[in-house]
Amino acid sequence: MQMLLLTTIAAYLLSTAGYLAFLFLQRKPLRRGALALLGFGFAGHTVLLVAGVVTSGHLPVNHLHGTLLVAGWALTGVFLVIYGRYRLPVLGVYAASLALVILIAASLSPSVPAADKGLFNSFWLISHIAAVFLGDAALALACGIGILYLLQENAIKSKHHGFFFRRLPSLDRLDAAGYACIAIGFALLTIGLITGFAYAHAVWGRFWSADPKEIWSVITWLIYAALLHQRLTVGWRGRRSAVMAIVGFAVILFTFLGVNFLLKGHHGVFTGQ
Amino acid sequence: MGSLPDSDQTNAVNLAPGNPRILLMGLNHQTAPVALRECLAFSPEETETALEALIHRPCIREALLLSTCNRVEVVVTCDDPARAIADLEGFISDFKHIPIDEFRSSLYRYVDNDAVRHLFRVASSLDSMVVGEPQILGQIKAAYGAAIHRRASGVILNRLLHRTFFVAKRIRTETGIGDHAVSISYAAIELARKIFGSLEGRRVLLIGAGEMAELAVEHLIRHRAGEILVANRTFAHGVSLAQRFGGQAIRFEEVEARLATVDIIISSTGAPGFVVVPAQVSAVLRHRRNRPLFFIDIAVPRDIDPRVNRLSNVYVYDIDDLKGVVEENVQDRQQEALKAERIIDEAVLRFSQWRQSLEVVPTIVALHRKLELIADAEIKKTLQGSKPPDEAALKRMATAMINKFLHDPTQILKGDGHRGNRQELLGLLQRLFHLDTP
Repeated sequence: MQMLLLTTIAAYLLSTAGYLAFLFLQRKPLRRGALALLGFGFAGHTVLLVAGVVTSGHLPVNHLHGTLLVAGWALTGVFLVIYGRYRLPVLGVYAASLALVILIAASLSPSVPAADKGLFNSFWLISHIAAVFLGDAALALACGIGILYLLQENAIKSKHHGFFFRRLPSLDRLDAAGYACIAIGFALLTIGLITGFAYAHAVWGRFWSADPKEIWSVITWLIYAALLHQRLTVGWRGRRSAVMAIVGFAVILFTFLGVNFLLKGHHGVFTGQ
Repeated sequence: MGSLPDSDQTNAVNLAPGNPRILLMGLNHQTAPVALRECLAFSPEETETALEALIHRPCIREALLLSTCNRVEVVVTCDDPARAIADLEGFISDFKHIPIDEFRSSLYRYVDNDAVRHLFRVASSLDSMVVGEPQILGQIKAAYGAAIHRRASGVILNRLLHRTFFVAKRIRTETGIGDHAVSISYAAIELARKIFGSLEGRRVLLIGAGEMAELAVEHLIRHRAGEILVANRTFAHGVSLAQRFGGQAIRFEEVEARLATVDIIISSTGAPGFVVVPAQVSAVLRHRRNRPLFFIDIAVPRDIDPRVNRLSNVYVYDIDDLKGVVEENVQDRQQEALKAERIIDEAVLRFSQWRQSLEVVPTIVALHRKLELIADAEIKKTLQGSKPPDEAALKRMATAMINKFLHDPTQILKGDGHRGNRQELLGLLQRLFHLDTP
C-alpha cells in the first residue's frame, strides 16, 4: 500500500511539473503527458481508496489520513470530469498541485481510527460524506477557475497583456466553467447537508445541534446560495462571481480544517481532533 | 569593379569554374529612403520587360526581379559576379534613368550562400519592416511567376525558389513568427476572442465608418459574428455600408438603446466629443444581465469615454491601447525570429550541397558528346563503301570505336607512370568501370 501511495504521489508530482512546464512553454506533448500522468495517478488513488474500504469495511474517513485521501481523490476526479467538458489545461497546474499537497499531507497523517466502526455503516453517513467531499472538490475548482478569471480579466482591463493573457482561455469559457463547478458543487453540498441532518437525527435524535461544523457548513451553503441566486436573477457574473467563488472556498477550507483544529464539536468524534 | 563584398571569399561553396554563381543585389527599407525606393520600383509590366532584357545580356544567365513597396531586389546567376554587378548597376540606371551614384551606396550585394540566405530571410519575413508579415511570400511567388513567364529562370533559380518557398512555409509552421496580431484591426479581434471565446452569433454595432473599422467588421464576419448594425450620421451612407456587410442600418439616435443588445461596438466617427459616456452604459448593464460588452474605439479624438472601461464586464480599447498590444506582439515575434534563423542556416547549407553536386553534370554531358562523335564518325566511315557492310566490316568498326574511346585514357595511364600516381589512377579506373583485375 505504501508503495502504491508513493507511486500515486510521484504521478501527481510529475503531472504538476508537466502542467507547470506547459504553462511556460505551451507545448502540446507536455499538456498530454501531464494529463496522462494525472489519470494514472487517479487510477492508483482509486485503488488505494478501494483497498481502504475493503480493509476497514467502510469509507476510511475516521482518521485524517483517510479524510485527506478521499478529499484528494474527489478533487482529481472532479477535475478530470470538468476537463473533459471545458478543456482548461491551465487549471491543471492548480488541480494537480492541490491534489499533490493533499496526498502528501495524507501520507504524513496518522491513520489511527478515531471513532467506533459502527458509526460509519449508515447509508446516510456514506451519502453525506460522498456528497460533501465531491461538492467541496467542485467548489475548490470553482475557486481555481475564479483565480484564473481574475488574472485574465485584469490583463484585459489593465491593457497590459503580460504572461497570462495568451495562456489563459477566454473570459467567457472561464465564467461558464466556474458557473458549472459552482452549480454542481452547490447541488452536492445541498445533498450533503440534507443527508447530514438525516444522519444526525438517526444517531443523536435531533437534526441540529449547533455544532461549529454544522454552523459553518450552513454559512458556506448560504454564500453559494446567494451567489447562484444573484446570478440567476440579476446576472451576477464575471468578476463578482469569481471573487465570490474564492471567498466561498476560503470559508469551506475553514469549515474543513479550521473547525477541526480550532473549534470543538461532535464532528471531532470522526476525525479524532 | 571593386564593389564585390568580402563575403565572397568567406563563402563556403567551393565551386568549380563554369558552375554559375548566384548574385543578389538590391535595396530595402533599411538601406534606402522611400523617395529612392519609389524611383527604382518596377511595375509588373516593367518587371517583365526588364527580365526580358536582362537574360539577353551576355554576363547574365538567369534572372528574377522582386519589387515591393519596401524593397527592390534582383537575383541572377552569372559566371563573374563582379562583372554582373557592374552590368546590373548600369542596367538599372539606364532603365530607370537615374545616375548610378544616386543609388549605388544604398545597394547591398550578396554572392552565393549569402545571396541564398538573404532570399530565405526575405521570404520568411525576417527582413521585413514588420517581422512576420505574411504578404512578402506572395510577392516573391508573383516575381517568380513573372520570371517563369519570361523564361528567365533556369535550373539554379528554379531550385532556389522552390527551396525558398519550402523554408518560408516551414518557418511559419514551426515558429511563432506569424502568431499574434500585428495589425490594429486584427489585434482587436484577438481581444474580442479572449473576452467572448467564440465570436459566433455575437452582435456587432459599427458607429461611423473608416477603413480600419470596416476591416475589423470584415474580420468579425469571417469569425461568423451575428447581426451587424451600422449607425451613421448620414443615414444613407449607413444604409450602403450595412448592405455591404449584410447588416442593418440604424439611426444615430438609436445607438444608446441598442447598447442593451449588442456585444461588440466598433466606433470610428469624426465627432469632436464622446459619443458614448459611462451613464449610458451603466444604464443598460442590468438589462444586459451583465453580459460583457466590448468597445473598440478607433476614432481620434476618442468616441468612447475611457471611464466606461471602469464598469464591470465592460471593456474599452482605444487606438493607443491597440497599438500597445501590437507592440507587445511585435516583440514576441522577434523572439521567434531567432528560431527561424536556425532553420535558415540549415537550409542554406543544404542548398550549397546541392549546388556542389551540380558540378559533375557538365563533365558527364561532355563525356557523352565525345563518345557520340566518335561513334558517328565510325558509322559514317563504315557506310561509305558501295556494298552493305558485312560482319567483318562491323567488327572492324567496333574495334576502331573501342580504340578511339580508350586512346586518351590509355595515353594518360602510360604517361603518368613516371609521376607516381599510377596506382591511384588504376584504382579509380577499376572502380569507375567495375573491373575485376588481380
